[in-house]
Amino acid sequence: MEFARRDAPFIAPKANVASIMRQVLYALIPATIAYVWFFGTGLIFNMLIAVAFCIGGEASMMLARGKSIRVALGDFSAIVTAVILAFALPPLTPWWVTATAALFGIVVAKHLYGGLGFNIFNPAMAGYVVVLVAFPVHLNFWIAPRIGDLDYHYVTIFETLRYTLTGTLPDYLTIDAISRASPLDAVKSGLSTMHTFAEIHANPMMGDFGGRGWEWISNLIALGGIWLLLKKIIRWHIPLGVFAGLLVPSGLMYLIEAGNHASPGFYLFSGGTMLCAFFVATDPVSAATSPRGRFVYGVGIGFLIYAIRRWGSYADGVAFAVILMNMAVPAIDNLTRPRIVGHIRHEKTPGG
Amino acid sequence: MSAPTFDLGYLHGGLRMPRRKDKSNKQPIAHVPVPQQLIIPITQHAGDPAHVVVGIGERVLKGQLIAESDGPISAPVHASSSGKVVAIEPWPVSRRLGGNAPCIVIECDGEDRAIELSEAITPFTSMDQETLFQKILQGGIVGLGGAVFPTAQKLMHASITPLEHLVLNGIECEPYITCDDMLMREQADEVLGGAQILMHALGVEHCFVAVESDKPEAIHAIADVMTELQDDRIAIKQIPTIYPSGAEDQTVQLVTNKEVPTGGLPTDVGCVVQNVGTSAAVYRWICRGEPLISRVTTVTGDGIAAPMNVFARIGTTVADIINFVGGYTENVHHLVIGGPMTGRSVTTDRVPLVKATNCILVMSDEEQFGNEQPCIRCGDCASVCPVQLLPQQLFWYACADDEEKLRSYGLMDCIECGCCDLVCPSHIPLTADFRMAKARMRELADEVARAERARLRYEFHTQRLDREQLLRAQQLEAQKQAAREGGSKAISDILERTSKKDDRDPGEE
Repeated sequence: MEFARRDAPFIAPKANVASIMRQVLYALIPATIAYVWFFGTGLIFNMLIAVAFCIGGEASMMLARGKSIRVALGDFSAIVTAVILAFALPPLTPWWVTATAALFGIVVAKHLYGGLGFNIFNPAMAGYVVVLVAFPVHLNFWIAPRIGDLDYHYVTIFETLRYTLTGTLPDYLTIDAISRASPLDAVKSGLSTMHTFAEIHANPMMGDFGGRGWEWISNLIALGGIWLLLKKIIRWHIPLGVFAGLLVPSGLMYLIEAGNHASPGFYLFSGGTMLCAFFVATDPVSAATSPRGRFVYGVGIGFLIYAIRRWGSYADGVAFAVILMNMAVPAIDNLTRPRIVGHIRHEKTPGG
Repeated sequence: MSAPTFDLGYLHGGLRMPRRKDKSNKQPIAHVPVPQQLIIPITQHAGDPAHVVVGIGERVLKGQLIAESDGPISAPVHASSSGKVVAIEPWPVSRRLGGNAPCIVIECDGEDRAIELSEAITPFTSMDQETLFQKILQGGIVGLGGAVFPTAQKLMHASITPLEHLVLNGIECEPYITCDDMLMREQADEVLGGAQILMHALGVEHCFVAVESDKPEAIHAIADVMTELQDDRIAIKQIPTIYPSGAEDQTVQLVTNKEVPTGGLPTDVGCVVQNVGTSAAVYRWICRGEPLISRVTTVTGDGIAAPMNVFARIGTTVADIINFVGGYTENVHHLVIGGPMTGRSVTTDRVPLVKATNCILVMSDEEQFGNEQPCIRCGDCASVCPVQLLPQQLFWYACADDEEKLRSYGLMDCIECGCCDLVCPSHIPLTADFRMAKARMRELADEVARAERARLRYEFHTQRLDREQLLRAQQLEAQKQAAREGGSKAISDILERTSKKDDRDPGEE
């Protein structure tokens, strides 16, 4: 009898990239619902536009590179990039801003570096940084959460859609009427105008930790992240590193001078900390590779988030922190190689 | 006597996976009858091929030497039944390179007549070390755990280093395989008898029998025989059920909590590891005079109608063995010689059972292999690697063919266990890639050696040419000198010669 040949092992792997990416998407469902409840349907529109442009960008790049489009789209990685990007953008964002970020992320940051697995930078964060620099006005336009202050205006689906498509609001609604400083902005400008953190935090809009609405979205993102940890889709090294890198310096500063520094809890639950710790920094492609390296990478991101928030000119520093640490990955990888069993210690290769 | 427990060493990574062992270990070992034809490869061991000592047409008896050990690392081969040698020809075998290898084909007469022993069996305790090594060598005994390194030479090498433990490896961590399990259950006396011989040969005073914790029956059988033997040098060590705890270096690490240094051997940390099957084979040869002419093998997989363990003669074809156990099922995809993690797939069942064959595995198409996708560097491979390598980095450098990086990231430390393949979400055949990269690097090393030889040859050659040229120049110079000294006489001689030529009549020609 004749048989087909193949190399060992003869047991097939059970995991696959597509299912990993799908589970990452599932993990963001609770946070998506909370986001829409607090800030309206803007997130959904941003997601749809980002997904459309990410998939379009991915498909055309695969075509241009002469590779199979079906395989690339089948792995859901472009959709994960799109959804994370949408979470990073303000709820009211004109479509061309989203499209620019999506296309830059996929075309330049991902495919020009060689596609999935070869990109040095996290595509979503690379795209976000580009629009943050290119469209500062749009990227700093945050609105009040549903349970905000007294003169709160609920932005309807139609108003949101109109703004998303045209970048304008109906005549009866001005940007000033609905725009609010994000809690991070409020703290940053408050501290710079000699207010104490306690004073700033007394505003009911600041919620318990990270700002009303915001902190609940953070909680649900963390919930999704913990689910991913339990499913072993991600491992604890990076999230814990991010938290340590952020909480240790902010905690120390807060202990030394509570008036002039925001509390560690505020930093933890505001802005993009949770999204970064569980969904962005954990992107394996652009992260360090060994467990020890990943912890170091996480600590670096956490510390940079704190440094940018506290001393930088941007309210949130997640994207820059991730991009900067992406650059440090080859060095981290080379310095944190595990000792191979049977070796006294690994020989360092010169030059990295 | 109860088994003393010891602290276990630490093993990084590894896999807990479906064992699929209960398919084949539910019934006793069956004996495959003498087949019509035996196909006995002359190389069934690591090292140099044995030298054939029988001719075509010669009648041989069971246990008769048909190919003798030839070289510093080699093992003899014996006829597994009586009959006539009908051919010595290439035959398909299972080996790394695939293809055919020279085999001695014996047409069996069915009488299964054994050769008379040339010397009486003497108790091993009366033999000295050297005699015992020679005796073991003559039995054709090789490591039955898979590496088939000639046992005598392994023992000889080990005996010159200070040793603490003999480790009998009954871990059998790979899914599906149960031949060591069944051997320990049914022939624990032979296994431990062999251990006593090996301890005597090595002069060690301690032996661990390492058995995976999912084999309570085997542990029980071993413990019973230990009680009978009253030999307190032997102890059982239960090993956690995790793949690849049975790989030699990993076994040593688990049993002694010492790492085998890179490029080294277990003897470097005072251990000699022998498979339980090898131990039983040593016992049968030394105490009963039966050379290694048969072994237990597991016939299993979804492609086998009635999986079980069989005792079969070396040289019986896989087809004969599968027929004996009841044939194939409808759904047959791959025929694997060895286990599902480290075995080799063969294209035909005409291959013979050899000393290394611990398992005949027939896989159905139940295992679906996806297409290879780009590595997303998830690092799951690194977390399961028992040697703590970074397979994702190795893969990267293997693609780039970066030899220096491959070396510094420990490619040569890879034991090819296949754990990384099984957890890879991108379905990259990492182990196959590493195997290839290793082969390329060995080739490259060969090339470097060849190039070095060529360089030396070339240098020698150019030096010789230079020398010759120098010599010629000197001769020429001497001639010139002579010509100058000869002076006008030489010139007039030449003129004389040419004028004579001119005088000749052109018509003469």
